Amino acid sequence: MLYELTDVTKRYVQSGKNVDALAGIDLCVQEGEFLAIQGSTGSGKTTLLQMLGALDRPSGGEVRFDGRDMAKLGEGDLATLRSHSFGFVFQTFNLIPTLSAQENVETALVPWGVAGDERRSRAQAALARVGLAERARHLPSELSGGEQQRVGIARALVREPRVILGDEPTGNLDEKTRDEIIGLLETLWRERGQTLVVVTHDTWVATRASRRIWLDEGRVTGGDGLDGAALLDDEVPVEA
Amino acid sequence: MFLTYIYRELRRRHRQALLTALGLAVGVGLVVAVSAYADGVGRAQDEVLQSLYGVGTDITVTRTAEMGSGGPAQIGMNPGEREEQGERFARDMVMTSPGKQVIAAGKIDRIAALDGVSAAVGGLSLDVMHVEGKFAQVVGDGQTAGSGVIVQSGQMPQPEASQAPIAMNVYSITGVDVTDQAIGPLSAAEIVKGRGFASDETTAKVMLVEKGYAKQNDLAVGDTLKIKGVKFEIVGLVTSSSSGSNLYIPLARARQLADEDGVSQIYVKADSAENIAAVKQSIQTVMPKATVTTAEDLADQVSGSLSSASKLADRLGTWLAVAALVAAFAVASLLTVSSVSRRVREFGTLKALGWRSRRIVGQVLGESFVQGVAGGVLGVFIGVVGARLITWLSPSLEATAGPASGALSGAAVAGPGGPGMGGPMQALESAAQTVTVQLGAPVSVQLALIAVGLAVTGGLLAGAFGGWRAARLRPADALRRLD
Repeated sequence: MLYELTDVTKRYVQSGKNVDALAGIDLCVQEGEFLAIQGSTGSGKTTLLQMLGALDRPSGGEVRFDGRDMAKLGEGDLATLRSHSFGFVFQTFNLIPTLSAQENVETALVPWGVAGDERRSRAQAALARVGLAERARHLPSELSGGEQQRVGIARALVREPRVILGDEPTGNLDEKTRDEIIGLLETLWRERGQTLVVVTHDTWVATRASRRIWLDEGRVTGGDGLDGAALLDDEVPVEA
Repeated sequence: MFLTYIYRELRRRHRQALLTALGLAVGVGLVVAVSAYADGVGRAQDEVLQSLYGVGTDITVTRTAEMGSGGPAQIGMNPGEREEQGERFARDMVMTSPGKQVIAAGKIDRIAALDGVSAAVGGLSLDVMHVEGKFAQVVGDGQTAGSGVIVQSGQMPQPEASQAPIAMNVYSITGVDVTDQAIGPLSAAEIVKGRGFASDETTAKVMLVEKGYAKQNDLAVGDTLKIKGVKFEIVGLVTSSSSGSNLYIPLARARQLADEDGVSQIYVKADSAENIAAVKQSIQTVMPKATVTTAEDLADQVSGSLSSASKLADRLGTWLAVAALVAAFAVASLLTVSSVSRRVREFGTLKALGWRSRRIVGQVLGESFVQGVAGGVLGVFIGVVGARLITWLSPSLEATAGPASGALSGAAVAGPGGPGMGGPMQALESAAQTVTVQLGAPVSVQLALIAVGLAVTGGLLAGAFGGWRAARLRPADALRRLD
């Protein structure tokens, strides 16, 4: 099992009040799985994704990745884990505006200390894989939304991570581009066998996953797919 | 990647980067200008000291006049004989400079023998009052409408009912030890015409004249001047020296004129600058009543516009520079922090990619370093322009050593021991000497380097502060903020 989450909670203090973003999550993710996490705004899905990407620590419970409890790792180990095992794709692309498409992809190789030439050739190869070889020297502002997200995907996969984590990766795109991006992610997932976890509230995107779970008020309220839990096809369950 | 990132980031935010650099530049520029100004004032002070004080002389020893010594000087001018009535007369009254006690010549050897003293010579300062006029005629039954003149301090002679006006001329003479002129009153003076004293002219009737006095009285090399019946030949003209005297003659001749065996001041040279304080102390032990003045004491007593400028540069200037620097650092820090705050998303993303905090801090520091260097270079430029402006705008400054009501003005009518003015400056012959110097503000390479260093330090401090704030953010918080 790649991920094992046991009774994971995350509590924030907001304006003096406690807010439970996660209120006891139990979840297992297998290697090579395409998992879609669905839920309404504030349901805790982004927080869950950040737990999976070692960007945040749980307030309670355990998040095991490859058998290691991530809560017990120091900041340095977490940074190493992030640079070696995870690739992030963000809703707002999060490209560095001053760097070209290729340089943005290269930033993912900086923590590894990859030498300049190799760094450039790997970044070019990653851009070619997402069909942007021609646009390598362009700044993000010179690219369309779909192209920017392709750069984001190239940046996530240039290190060949074990897990690609997408936080609403198509949330800012039109339908046609959305289909292209999801198609691209799906192809990469099928070809490379990487684990793909995508947070989305787009049901169409979720249906492409091998498994879906629903989150509401910080709890998993349902799921389908590999674990066999039967739920309605295109519907997010009505909240209790 | 590190450099590319810095370059691109600064190019994108070029306005803000320029503003930060400019803020640092203004602060540093002020420091440069103020330091250059202070340096200029320091140099001007040195220049003043050098001319107010013998170059080769480290310490001057004098004695203030004791109470009751001296007194009003009287020049008897009543005709003793009938045949003198109505005749012209001329009298020279020679007296040691007011306020000074004559020091026995033996003290020179005692001081010369002290540890740390390399040489000691004596000098005798005299004031000469030359009075000439016509003897009164006896009027009536033996009474005189005399022109007997009583000279007292601060009191102008009364012409009374003399038949002819009485002309008075007051000037100062310094007796110089011609055997050793490296120290003493003439050590800083320059011969502008003619020649100086030869070391064997110990008793020669030769004289040097201060060039201003020579011009005023139409005296030239080769002329002769009669003092108390002795004819002196003018052999050279000199620039104003430390003693501020009008005329210089060999010491032995001066003693003869004043009928004195001693000297009025002893000029001492220490064998090294470090020994000056120790020598001063041992002289004070040997001569407890003497006033011992070193160049340092003199510096403390320099007054006038130069002194004010120096105080201004020291106090206001330093505070202004410190305030400007603190403000510049604060502005740079604020701008850096605001830039970092705007880039939270960027840093959060980099952290998500596995960048370590120190790498992010390094990136911010790198940007700040470049801004600091730019600010430093710009600051030196501003400083140099400011210094040039100061040099261009500043008027020549005057420095006066000693009280303005000092010896020379008082001496015009003062007899020996007249006005009881004491104090080291009074005692020193340079009393009330005014020197005019042009103030400059030189910017040295060292100062320029310090300025760049300051700006870089400011930039790095701002960067460290901004970077620390960036690194402190947890990646999840950083990313959450943007959504």
